Amino acid sequence: MMRPQAARRAALYAGVLAMSALAGCTHAPPPVQFFATGRPEHLSDWHVVFRDGGRLALNERVVPYDLNTPLFSDYAHKLRTMWMPAARAATYSATESFEFPVGTIFSKTFYYPRAGGGAAAVSRTSDQSRDFSGQGLDLANVRLIETRLLVRREQGWEALPYVWNADQTDAELARTGDEVALDLVGAAGEREAFTYVVPNQNQCAGCHVTDLKTKSIMPLGPKARYLNRDYRYADGVQNQLAYLQKVGYLAGLPQSPEVPRTANWMDTSQPLEARARAYLEVNCGHCHNPKGAADTTALNFDVASPLDRHLGLCKPPVAAGRGTGDHLFDIVPGRPDDSILPFRMATKETGVMMPEQGRDIVHREGVELIRAWIAAMPGSCGV
Amino acid sequence: MRQIAIGFLCLVAAACGQQSSQSQPKGLTAADAAFQKQLQEQFLDAKPGTVIEIPAGKHALDRVLTLRASGVTIRGVGTDSSILSFKNEISGPEGILVYGSDFTIENLSIEDTKGDGLKINDGENITIRGVRVAWTGGPQTSNGAYGIYPVSSRNVLIENSSSWGAADAGIYVGQSIGVIVRNCHAEQNVAGIEIENTISADVYDNVATGNTGGILVFNMPNLKQRGHSTRVFKNKVLKNNLGNFAAKGGAVASVPAGSGVVVNSNSQVEIFDNDIADNQTANLIISAYYSTNYYNKPGVDPNYDPYPRSIYVYDNRFAGGGDAPDGLDLKTLKVAMFGLNGHFPDVLWDGYRDEKNLVNGAPPAAERICVRNGGATVLNADGPNKNKNPTTNMAQFQCELAKLPPVELPGRT
Repeated sequence: MMRPQAARRAALYAGVLAMSALAGCTHAPPPVQFFATGRPEHLSDWHVVFRDGGRLALNERVVPYDLNTPLFSDYAHKLRTMWMPAARAATYSATESFEFPVGTIFSKTFYYPRAGGGAAAVSRTSDQSRDFSGQGLDLANVRLIETRLLVRREQGWEALPYVWNADQTDAELARTGDEVALDLVGAAGEREAFTYVVPNQNQCAGCHVTDLKTKSIMPLGPKARYLNRDYRYADGVQNQLAYLQKVGYLAGLPQSPEVPRTANWMDTSQPLEARARAYLEVNCGHCHNPKGAADTTALNFDVASPLDRHLGLCKPPVAAGRGTGDHLFDIVPGRPDDSILPFRMATKETGVMMPEQGRDIVHREGVELIRAWIAAMPGSCGV
Repeated sequence: MRQIAIGFLCLVAAACGQQSSQSQPKGLTAADAAFQKQLQEQFLDAKPGTVIEIPAGKHALDRVLTLRASGVTIRGVGTDSSILSFKNEISGPEGILVYGSDFTIENLSIEDTKGDGLKINDGENITIRGVRVAWTGGPQTSNGAYGIYPVSSRNVLIENSSSWGAADAGIYVGQSIGVIVRNCHAEQNVAGIEIENTISADVYDNVATGNTGGILVFNMPNLKQRGHSTRVFKNKVLKNNLGNFAAKGGAVASVPAGSGVVVNSNSQVEIFDNDIADNQTANLIISAYYSTNYYNKPGVDPNYDPYPRSIYVYDNRFAGGGDAPDGLDLKTLKVAMFGLNGHFPDVLWDGYRDEKNLVNGAPPAAERICVRNGGATVLNADGPNKNKNPTTNMAQFQCELAKLPPVELPGRT
């Protein structure tokens, strides 16, 4: 039995030791390492995001960002970052993904707020207020699942999925993907067990190849209309595009009125249609665009798709199989219950659900949004 | 102090350790999980010239095998021995999904996928040989849609292959150019073999039996390519009387059980030298998109051509069939015209034609439906008038059309 003072001293001593020992693993971080070839086995080899005591920290010049409307991924929260080599910048585009220099590294860390009661229990919440510790993540409050890197090499982009170990100290390359058993806990304590599927490298391309002819992997998020929003940086809140320009990561940014902005799908002050279109483009448009993998379906959800049969209005399905749910048309105005689109969103059955991958559970709020949008549509599919 | 030190050592070990959360997939044995991982790596690393061998055995997989390289061959040792089973599939929905050209797949089976068995999108020079796709629980609405499904592809050969139990079409070629389907077997599917929005296809020496519809040649609206020029010959299209088990809304859901060969909204289709027998709605159906119930103005491209044009039927061997049509309208029509024990003639035409394009009351010579098939007759069901004035007058079908050239696939015989 130690006296309180001795115990305090011992704890302090252990803490100091532990910190220095951890520093032995992570050290004062070396600079970000871009690998021009090869596939490093560990996420830590890149020094982009790293374990720093109880935090997942961002290295110097690693800039975090958010998107106005993100892809739904089983309610996972995401920490997105970009890094570019010194004196290199991306070139602005009003419509497409920016042109990023060779050496660019994007990271996207998928994590969940812990729900308590075992590592598998994670929260279904959009509240991110407890996630952060500075610019990094507070590992006392969140569980890391995977970090995907998208790396711009000489010959093009490469996608590398890393899966976090049970101790949350590092993530290992998982080219063939992985499966993680999770228990999603709602606000009222209700639980939904599911298998979180980490995509394999070819599945990464399933979304990131948006043009079947070029077959090139491309970043999806870093477009002007998605990035055009504020972010809480270490030195205050700023518009992301302005910040990227300020730190030298972006060239050619026009005056702000000319920069497009996609609606935040959750922002109820925005028009329903803008929110629905934003949601559909981000969640469906990487395949459902005139050049994408789903160009065989005549159904397009990209921002340019007109609000008619191209967007599914009264359109008979082409190759949906049982994905029709016994409904005749993709969207029947005013009748979400008779429309294929919300039906395929509201199921998690492989072979019926849309999107086909990257989702293992139903996005209730997303389904609600699309149903509300369809319910508010005038007209009918009468012959 | 000692306890603290031990705890601290554990912390260090954990912090620097390599312990991984990568886990064995649920529902797979350790051996299957290891096989899947190694096979996935082969698919990831494939490059032109790669041959991926599927060894003998029934291999359980839980995730789609995606290929993004061209010039790759996937080869098993036989449809009865090399079996990829997707019964526990959690991520897909296909079995094998290919985005690549100069692709060959042969001598293996794909079973119980949640979605399509084998899908090839946007490829050129595709060979599918000796591939069996099956849903082992028999025909069920919950089966995947297509067995073998090349789409948006060029120069496609499918031979000695089979499909069983597809909830849409067993062998389905969509939006492609230059296609041969031969020596294949389709059974227990909604549609046995379907050629859709495809240009230049030869379908011959196949057996389609026990499906809802045997061989279909369709054109769907809104797609980037209108199909034409398909020859269906030397096939056996027998007893396709299986109850339609497709989910409503899909194109094939409108196909009545008991359909032998069905041409819908397609043109330049030649049907000859087939054995077509005992299909209880009709051995041959020729119809327009209006008969599918999916036509509606806002949802269909105004430039879409819903009519079958230039359909040439000759020298087939028809037998039986037409005696128990599916659906109330057709049943009523049959009884009214041919009696309880009678049967429809071999060819059933829904009667829709492009009224804006008639010359002296008939379609232009090159766009007609021509039937020169011994004593086979055509029933004009008068669909546009809700079957009010059906007729079996053969005069308008007694014509000839220019024959289509054979499909030739470069580099293959």
